[in-house]
Amino acid sequence: MAETLDLSIYVKRQDDGTAHLDLAIEGIDCAACIDEIEGGLCQLPGVVEARLNYTNHRLAVEWRDGELSPAAVVEELQRIGYRAHPFQARLVEEEETRRAKWLLKCLAVAGFASMNIMLLAVSVWSGNVTDITPEIRDFFHWLAALIALPAVAYAGQPFFQSAMGALRNGRTNMDVPIVIGILLALGMSVVETINSAEHTYFDSVVMLLFFLLCGRYLDQAMRRKTRTVASNLASYRAEVAHKIDHNGEAVLVPTAALNAGDRVLVRPGERVAVDGVVISGCSEIDESLVTGETAHRAVRADSQVYAGSMNYNGTLTLRVTAAGKGTLLDEVERLLENAAAAKSRYVQLADRVAKVYAPIVHTAAALTAIAWIASGASVHDALITAISVLIITCPCALALAVPVVQVVASGALFRAGVFLNAGDAFERLAEVDTIVFDKTGTLTLPSMSVVNAHDLEPGLLQAAGRLALSSHHPLAVAVAKMAQDRRPYEDVVEEPGRGVRANVDDIEMRLGSPAYCDAEDLEKEAASSDPTASVIALSWGDKRAVLLVRQALRPDAVAVVTDLRRRGFDCRILSGDRPEAVAPIAAALGVSTWRGGCKPAEKIEALDALKAEGRKVLMVGDGLNDAPALAAAHVSLSPISAADLTQAQADAVFLGDKLQPVQETIQISRRAHSLMRQNLGIALVYNLVAVPLAFFGYVTPLFAALAMSGSSTIVTLSALRARGRAPLAPAEQPNPADAAPVPQGA
Amino acid sequence: MEVLIYLVPMALLLGLTGLAAFMWSLRNGQYDDVQGAAVRVLSDDDLAK
Repeated sequence: MAETLDLSIYVKRQDDGTAHLDLAIEGIDCAACIDEIEGGLCQLPGVVEARLNYTNHRLAVEWRDGELSPAAVVEELQRIGYRAHPFQARLVEEEETRRAKWLLKCLAVAGFASMNIMLLAVSVWSGNVTDITPEIRDFFHWLAALIALPAVAYAGQPFFQSAMGALRNGRTNMDVPIVIGILLALGMSVVETINSAEHTYFDSVVMLLFFLLCGRYLDQAMRRKTRTVASNLASYRAEVAHKIDHNGEAVLVPTAALNAGDRVLVRPGERVAVDGVVISGCSEIDESLVTGETAHRAVRADSQVYAGSMNYNGTLTLRVTAAGKGTLLDEVERLLENAAAAKSRYVQLADRVAKVYAPIVHTAAALTAIAWIASGASVHDALITAISVLIITCPCALALAVPVVQVVASGALFRAGVFLNAGDAFERLAEVDTIVFDKTGTLTLPSMSVVNAHDLEPGLLQAAGRLALSSHHPLAVAVAKMAQDRRPYEDVVEEPGRGVRANVDDIEMRLGSPAYCDAEDLEKEAASSDPTASVIALSWGDKRAVLLVRQALRPDAVAVVTDLRRRGFDCRILSGDRPEAVAPIAAALGVSTWRGGCKPAEKIEALDALKAEGRKVLMVGDGLNDAPALAAAHVSLSPISAADLTQAQADAVFLGDKLQPVQETIQISRRAHSLMRQNLGIALVYNLVAVPLAFFGYVTPLFAALAMSGSSTIVTLSALRARGRAPLAPAEQPNPADAAPVPQGA
Repeated sequence: MEVLIYLVPMALLLGLTGLAAFMWSLRNGQYDDVQGAAVRVLSDDDLAK
């Protein structure tokens, strides 16, 4: 463990002779941490600046190059009591930050313009009923135009771009009627100003922009917040590997520093951090996190191994292969492409409404113009009335109806430990009627645990746990978790391939294979009761015990699946593991429809069959083999422990050891979906009232301003209900520590 | 009503100053760590040690 990690690839060297390192910090919980961390680091020689961002828990350290090694910074933080993980901002996140800043600028401009124009407009409105002179009114209108035109040109860009993008692809979205409304209102107001008319709509236009930008910004901010936490979590689990450098020495490096062709050493009990081909050595590896198969696979020279596999008994030397190579990965990539192509583009609720709404509104405006001309009005009056219909129906509330609910509901999900990847996932989640689970790593925990702990004598179990602390074997990690006393015994001897032994109270204690502990008869008995578990034996003097180790069900899996079935969801299991390993799990959960031994392509076939029946499937999975199925399903979830490629395909990722978030996600989404529909209803009712008024020419700028702000406010307030009631049980804190399996120095 | 000739431009100028100040603070990174700013004000590390 005394090995130091070579972090040099994360260090950015700057022109002024300083080096810069970004770290994601675990364990920040109060304001005092800021002083502790910054003060502590500034005492290191050479450190120029340490600045902690308390909002996103990231630390930027700068030091004079050459005076300090990056590992020293991490060690110092460890000493103070924080775990630091080198952090590299992802491209997506930087892009989002830029966009958020841009939206905020647009919002500020729209805010400034709407305040100042409203000042002028209110003067005109009150002047119109008292004694304003036409000259002053014109002056105010020209001033308003002077502010509104550049402000709309700048602050309207997000909408112009989105509308143009949609039109270019031959689609319409909500932004198309918005842009048409804005441009017409602006154009008409300018013409009216030139004609020194009584009414202009500059105030409505900028206010509309201001409200819409508020919605956009909030939506963006929520998404950015989840993304920040998610990428912090990703850096917490950033893995390390022993690279064999050109001198033949093994150095510990982050996997990000490895290139194709590098040689990597994997010792027994370590997780393989990269995809590669075995050059030398032979061993058994556990690929359950990759393929779902819990039986071990023997590997020797020229075998392909995948990142995420656990190496059991022998030391392996691997040659790193380029990403996306290897039989399984090739198949997964190919299936992913097909799944993405076959997945019919889901049209979001708001866009579906817009598709119907825009033609109706535009027809209504045209009808208004025709009706007025037919009844003998001048073309000018007819056009003004028609445009006022468009202005009043400009879907301000409609455009806010969905995003505001999304913001509030994703906040609720965030507190429940679920991060959304896709914004439209709520709508799809709310429609789900069938839930397909993967077994390994999804229904079961990704790590091993002792399943027969209750049957053992507590003293023996504790002793086994303490002894296991000294072993490097992967199964021993599960046993070591049982130890409450975390001090290892002294003078422990590890015999590779057999077990560990130590003298405790002058009596020899052994932990290891049944043969090593002379407990083969107990093993036979245990194997007959639970054939899929691995057996570890313990002997202490003449006492014998066997511990059964396997991946246990998530603690609340039975309760959650039972509850979901009671609510009428059709729950199924599709696993890559052997049928005999799936059967007991399915029985424990009461799931009658299950399949084992599924290849990725077979999972997709099964999902397609369900889709053909008209079912909306939620797929919950974690392995690399699940990635295509997640992409093919109507909507998908994956635990935070899932493979990176798999997480990228999932619509949402959940934290922690429990399955509860799956249930909460569905509940919150259903609530959000019904609120979205209610909100759209409110917005449509508003239009039903407003359109006839506009049709008969009763809409003045004052009325438009009141109606628009009123409907937007009602919709926003209604969306706040998506926060929902406080959960019955204290919600599990999104504690990243639970989710980070063996992050460093494995 | 001649007073409007300089009152209105003044009002606009004040508003623009506010907008410029906001743009400056945004560019200056004042909104990058809003929670941090809220708690940093409580620390007294700027006092002479």
